[in-house]
Amino acid sequence: MESVVTTCPYCGCGCSFTLNVEGGEIVSAVPQVDNVVNLGRLCLKGRFGFDFVHHKDRLRTPLVRRNGTLEEATWDEAYGVIAERFADIRKKHGPDAIAAFSSARCTNEENYLLQKLMRAVVGTNNIDHCARL
Amino acid sequence: MTNAILELKEFTVRDAIFAIGTNATDCHPLIGVYMLEAHARGTKLIVADPRRTELAKHADIWLRHRPGTDVALLNGMMHVILTESLMDRDFIAARTENFDALRETVLAYPPERASAITHVPADKIAAAARMFARAENAATYYTMGITQHVTGVDNVLSVSNLALLTGNLGKPKAGVNPLRGQNNVQGACDMGALPNVFPAYQPVTDDKIREKFEKAWGVPLSGKPGLTIPDVLHGLEHGSVKALFIFGENPMRSDPDINHVKHCMENVDFSPLKEARFIVVQDLFLTETAEIADVVLPGASFAEKDGTFSNTERRVQRVRQAVAPVGKPDWLILTELMRAMGTKADYAGPEAVFDEMRTLAPSYAGISYARLEQGGIPWPCPNESHPGTPILHVGKCNRGPGLFCAVDFKPPAENPDESYPLILTTGRVAAHYHTGTMTRRCWGLDAAHPEESLEIHPEDAARLGIAHDDPIRVTTRRGTLTTKANVTTRVPVGTTFISFHFSETPGNILTNSAADPISKTPEYKVCAVRVERARA
Ligand code: SF4
Ligand code: SF4
Repeated sequence: MESVVTTCPYCGCGCSFTLNVEGGEIVSAVPQVDNVVNLGRLCLKGRFGFDFVHHKDRLRTPLVRRNGTLEEATWDEAYGVIAERFADIRKKHGPDAIAAFSSARCTNEENYLLQKLMRAVVGTNNIDHCARL
Repeated sequence: MTNAILELKEFTVRDAIFAIGTNATDCHPLIGVYMLEAHARGTKLIVADPRRTELAKHADIWLRHRPGTDVALLNGMMHVILTESLMDRDFIAARTENFDALRETVLAYPPERASAITHVPADKIAAAARMFARAENAATYYTMGITQHVTGVDNVLSVSNLALLTGNLGKPKAGVNPLRGQNNVQGACDMGALPNVFPAYQPVTDDKIREKFEKAWGVPLSGKPGLTIPDVLHGLEHGSVKALFIFGENPMRSDPDINHVKHCMENVDFSPLKEARFIVVQDLFLTETAEIADVVLPGASFAEKDGTFSNTERRVQRVRQAVAPVGKPDWLILTELMRAMGTKADYAGPEAVFDEMRTLAPSYAGISYARLEQGGIPWPCPNESHPGTPILHVGKCNRGPGLFCAVDFKPPAENPDESYPLILTTGRVAAHYHTGTMTRRCWGLDAAHPEESLEIHPEDAARLGIAHDDPIRVTTRRGTLTTKANVTTRVPVGTTFISFHFSETPGNILTNSAADPISKTPEYKVCAVRVERARA
């Protein structure tokens, strides 16, 4: 069994816990004792909230809408469609016709990259996330 | 938060906790438990909440105010503090500005007037004011109960006025402490996922700042502040926004007035002049929002990637990969997309991204992955020998002297009337999280709270001929849904409550998108509603 210390993905308390992994699947979450946040405590979401990681409904491949329906596509096809449509819209309507909603659930690094993508690559400050909601 | 979570372990009988508009035991269970433990040790607990939450049950004083009347309640408390000379004169003289304006406004809210607006007995308002002002240290905690109103900014200013008036800022066991609802709201703000600021709240309109980022990123940048979420939806509806990238969000369930959101986002074009909108969604599941997208990218869960989250006390902590990703980690997807769009984006991994970020974000400059191995660090942390900052505003407020901002009470945007006679307020339950895409897929959590119901007071239910568990129809000016009645005194007479975790009964089909003019936060906490028994 492998054990990895990480941070809870639910509320803003930021409890840390050890994920115990067997055969590539998470089997349990055990609270960290020696930190300065949760001191060995976890609520029910932290303790039992990991099944979704291995859920059968997880998306595994990119999807692209063709003739009205979402169909499986390769990563390169999906990136290609996005790059092409963004470039096209940018040319016709300017960068401010493109916007992004970032995620309060994703990491700092990912939020940094998405705002950089919008600001430095697309050329707009149209980036927000659901802090207000 | 201005202060640290663990401070709650140090509260004594001489201190007070004021929880206003925060159902902490359900929404921030760790902090809720620390509050109850402090209360068990004798710390005073004052709770202001229309609903009888766990905290309200334990409170020394429970102020059951009508939803949307927080400013009147807080002004009433401050009236008592002023007229009974319970304020901190030294603190006000040394560390604040604009006290006279505050006094003038607040003196118009004697407890009797506050009581008429809030429906809280005047003597309770006075007792709460005295308990708060007489405590050696008093800390205020709030969440969406304060911010999700058309007067959200006014509410926050009032909370801050109360802290300044009693000298409860810039010291341990005090402060103004918003609890962040999602794991990394703090981090997303810190990283500049906001339309007006780069990482670390550096304004896009500041030429010097923009120059710094232009040099680092090697491209010219726009100095025009971008659009907020409601502005973007409006832009989609009216054709000024043509493309939207949605990263790990489910606005078709989380945003107010879902029918309107759907109308804005759907790729239906009624006008032959308008071209179709283009929507990209990156998420774990085919959410209601992903279903209407043109391209869907499979995202990775927290357990499948490395990185950092910043919690509600600004503490930056490591996220570590435990299992192989089903698809690809999101940081990799974003860099690959940047390359597909023709930009250089070569990062060896999340640590390289973090290191680039901290050269540009002064408050994160001293935090490194190596240091985080020893445990989380609260920003500001300007250099690598700096220990981090658990309490903000020590000695002086960040903006200089603390500024009193006098505010008057304004009613909610939509109030009960003949057709919609009850108030509807929304929130979360302990077992679930946000739109339920994750927790509804955890059997232990879904079993703990498998279905939605509408909380309604026995008196209202009796008048409407509704019994516990009856099927009911709930209608606002924006939408309608059917659910079950949960007849309970948890809500006061005249007020009902629903969560927004369930796709089958999406609470946000009902809510009002009227928003605070400054923060743009919609008024999830109050709208007018009609409840009827549904025919089975
Ligand atoms: S269910 Fe009971 S025993 Fe199990 S973790 Fe929760 S509190 Fe502890
Ligand atoms: S374990 Fe519970 S209290 Fe702790 S961060 Fe997760 S959701 Fe919040």
